[in-house]
Amino acid sequence: MPSLKDLRNRISSVRATQKITSAMKMVAAAKLRRAQEAAEAARPYAERMERMLGSLGGSLAGSAGAPKLLAGSGEDRVHLVVVATADRGLCGGFNGGIVRRSRELIDELEAAGKTVRILCVGRKGRDQLRRLHGTKIVDVIEGVGRRSVEFAEADEIAERVRTMFDEGGFDVCAIVYARFKSAISNEVTVQQLVPAPLPEAEEDTEAGGPSAVYIYEPDEEAILEDLLPRNVSVQVYRALLENAASEHGARMAAMDNATRNAGDMIARLTLQYNRTRQAMITKELIEIISGAEAV
Amino acid sequence: MAEGKVSFELVTPERLLLSQEADMVVVPGGAGDFGVLPRHAPLISTVRPGTIRLHDGGGDPAEIFVAGGFAEVTPERCTVLAEEAVPLAELDRAEVERELREAREDAADTDDERRRAAAERRAAVAEAKLAELG
Repeated sequence: MPSLKDLRNRISSVRATQKITSAMKMVAAAKLRRAQEAAEAARPYAERMERMLGSLGGSLAGSAGAPKLLAGSGEDRVHLVVVATADRGLCGGFNGGIVRRSRELIDELEAAGKTVRILCVGRKGRDQLRRLHGTKIVDVIEGVGRRSVEFAEADEIAERVRTMFDEGGFDVCAIVYARFKSAISNEVTVQQLVPAPLPEAEEDTEAGGPSAVYIYEPDEEAILEDLLPRNVSVQVYRALLENAASEHGARMAAMDNATRNAGDMIARLTLQYNRTRQAMITKELIEIISGAEAV
Repeated sequence: MAEGKVSFELVTPERLLLSQEADMVVVPGGAGDFGVLPRHAPLISTVRPGTIRLHDGGGDPAEIFVAGGFAEVTPERCTVLAEEAVPLAELDRAEVERELREAREDAADTDDERRRAAAERRAAVAEAKLAELG
């Protein structure tokens, strides 16, 4: 049976924790709103780029002159998995979910006899993958989007990926991130970056439209040469933005839960504290009364 | 859509910067400037660093500097995907000159091929800005 003093200490410590979690929840909510706006604001660019790539790539995909970023390196041996997680924890199952999906992906690829290399974006992914797959981690990039995700940061990561590809470091690259659905839910997504996946059924949606007869200036190959590296950056940027929004959403939900749990715990401890206090008073009374009777 | 207008969109990676209708848009294409009027033939072009001029209603055109990107033109609309876009009036000569100097220094300092290419690109953009400022 804990003493009254122990209980008092417990209660005050839980109360302090509750203050922290509820503050974190507010911060996450504020950041979530900003991250969500940023993610939504970035959508038009990605969409239009996809549309352009669709109309361009469709006409060139089969030909021999297609750039490597579109056609691939001709092999399917080494896979690069970019694991995008947060730098910080305390956001519920957010990091865990991404890492779990990455592990599955890695296992699948290895079962199929491929070589896997990992590029970690965010510290938590590194921490959790290090034990099983430490030797496969090529590099770790930390501190992305500490305040807000900048395009330049995404471009740097994409540059790293492009450099590796040019040097023949891998054949296929995919990024694992959490797509933002709502403040309380996200969906872990694997998206292929290299070779660039072409949006399917593009022709059908604009059936008979003028989309098929574009004039290209200077020419298709030159545009693709510019567009494809750019597309990798944009995809990475989008993934990071979605990830940031998901992270803050997950943290908000987790901290909301923690705050509620702390409240329950305080109620329980207070009840126990009062019971113990009353029990002591009763005991003392009994002692006094029985002492008086004995006289 | 109003008859005889092009709906023009300027998009940067961060956000949709501008979406409005215009009588004519002049875009600095990779292979030379081109004007877009309504019912322009479908076209996809690269965009070099330069100024987009937006003519609407006869007054002075709105001038926006873009640091390269891509343009997609269809008979009804003109979409420019820019890497960076600033209204020309907001460019500051001293600042641009400083950018140019820094970019050139970076290009001279580094041994890394890719870093130098990036710095040279920045210098080219700054040069284009200066040229537009006249």
